[in-house]
Amino acid sequence: MSHTRPSADTPELLRADGLQKSFGTHQVLKSIDLAVRKGEVLALIGPSGSGKTTVLRCLNGLEIPDAGSVSFESGPAVTFDSATTQKKAQVLRTRSAMVFQNYNLFPHKTVLENIIEGPVQVQKRKKSEAITEATELLDRVGLAEKRDAYPHQLSGGQQQRVGIVRALALKPSLLLFDEPTSALDPELVGDVLRVIKELADEGWTMVLVTHELAFAREVADEVVFMDQGVVVERGHPDIVLRAPQNIRTQQFVHRLLNPF
Amino acid sequence: MNIDWNLFLESFWPIVRGGLLGTIPLALISFVLGLAIALLMALMRLSTNRVVSFIARAYISVIRGTPLLVQLFVIFYGLPSIGFTIDPWPSAIIAFSLNVGGYAAEVIRAAILSVPKGQWEAGYTIGMSRTTTLRRLILPQAARVAVPPLSNTFISLVKDTSLASVILVTELFRKAQEIAAFSQEFMLIYTEAALVYWVICLVLSTGQSRLEGRLDRYVAH
Repeated sequence: MSHTRPSADTPELLRADGLQKSFGTHQVLKSIDLAVRKGEVLALIGPSGSGKTTVLRCLNGLEIPDAGSVSFESGPAVTFDSATTQKKAQVLRTRSAMVFQNYNLFPHKTVLENIIEGPVQVQKRKKSEAITEATELLDRVGLAEKRDAYPHQLSGGQQQRVGIVRALALKPSLLLFDEPTSALDPELVGDVLRVIKELADEGWTMVLVTHELAFAREVADEVVFMDQGVVVERGHPDIVLRAPQNIRTQQFVHRLLNPF
Repeated sequence: MNIDWNLFLESFWPIVRGGLLGTIPLALISFVLGLAIALLMALMRLSTNRVVSFIARAYISVIRGTPLLVQLFVIFYGLPSIGFTIDPWPSAIIAFSLNVGGYAAEVIRAAILSVPKGQWEAGYTIGMSRTTTLRRLILPQAARVAVPPLSNTFISLVKDTSLASVILVTELFRKAQEIAAFSQEFMLIYTEAALVYWVICLVLSTGQSRLEGRLDRYVAH
């Protein structure tokens, strides 16, 4: 099955307006607007320090923006200012799930316990149900036999696939990926990307921060190139990654495709 | 030197009894209460609220900056003069709990801080509140780090309970003092008391290693 691109009249799932964020005197985000349609895969690319990870973390309130707002389709917009508390941002997290660069699995829990922690403790679903679902998901990513292992007994690629399953088990409407393959050994990257590709083909909505340009070109419906806290260029991957209009995008893409 | 083995054997059970009925319950109760105080103080110390954090800081500073014996005297001999008379046992438990609370607070705070920030974030992103993340994810991981230093605190506490003898609590050392005074065999009886303390601490150390082993099961070796 290949990924069906959402059309222009597909409703928006997530909308972020005017996101601003400073760390000390350094302004990391200078008014970022973003919209993600249902079923859309959006790839955020850009050099280190461009603010792409910060944007992603603002979408689920891990980072509290200094200004701007984030809203999900039906819910009210969460408007941020300097006094916004973590508690207010918690609303956003019920709609999305995140996959981290360093997996952030819970080391004191088995693979299965990692996955059912959210569904059982937060969503108050039946434990037996959660276990059945978790087992199915693990089977899908080829890790059924690892359900009772502890994270440290797994390779990086396996840990990241567990990280993805942990996110899926929450049944979120949006998946956020923060450089999901950047901490992996090169030979393990493929396993993880394959899983993400399958999810895209299934119609999951996702925002993906990545350095894998070839992968972004294959799965993304829209690519957003950021540099120094602003969106420099956005559009169809074939345009942004193959024939970028902006000089900064051109330089970035060229550098990544020709590292030497 | 002539060792009076008869006296040694005769006094053995009374001393051990003092340990079982005095020292061990005193240490256990004080440690549990002390840990509760310590956890509270550690969390207050980590609070972003300056007043709350200051209160915890002041508490820890006072407890660690004054001798345990003096704390014990203030509670047992001092408080009655301002109208609060507390019996020996509760006095000892209050003093030891407060003391453990001060020392263990720093251990627990450091242990909480040793858990990577990503663990908090992972908790938040699966929808957990700060409190649930702390309880379900952070504290279990912090426990692993805290067990060795807290075991030291506990072993010190077991020995420190001998100070309760000066406020008339009948524990191991108080018992030994009575027997020594009666028999005038100071060297024999106090050595015997020391041996019993040592054996208690040996047992506790074994328990510590087993607990550490259990908590280490999820860590790469």
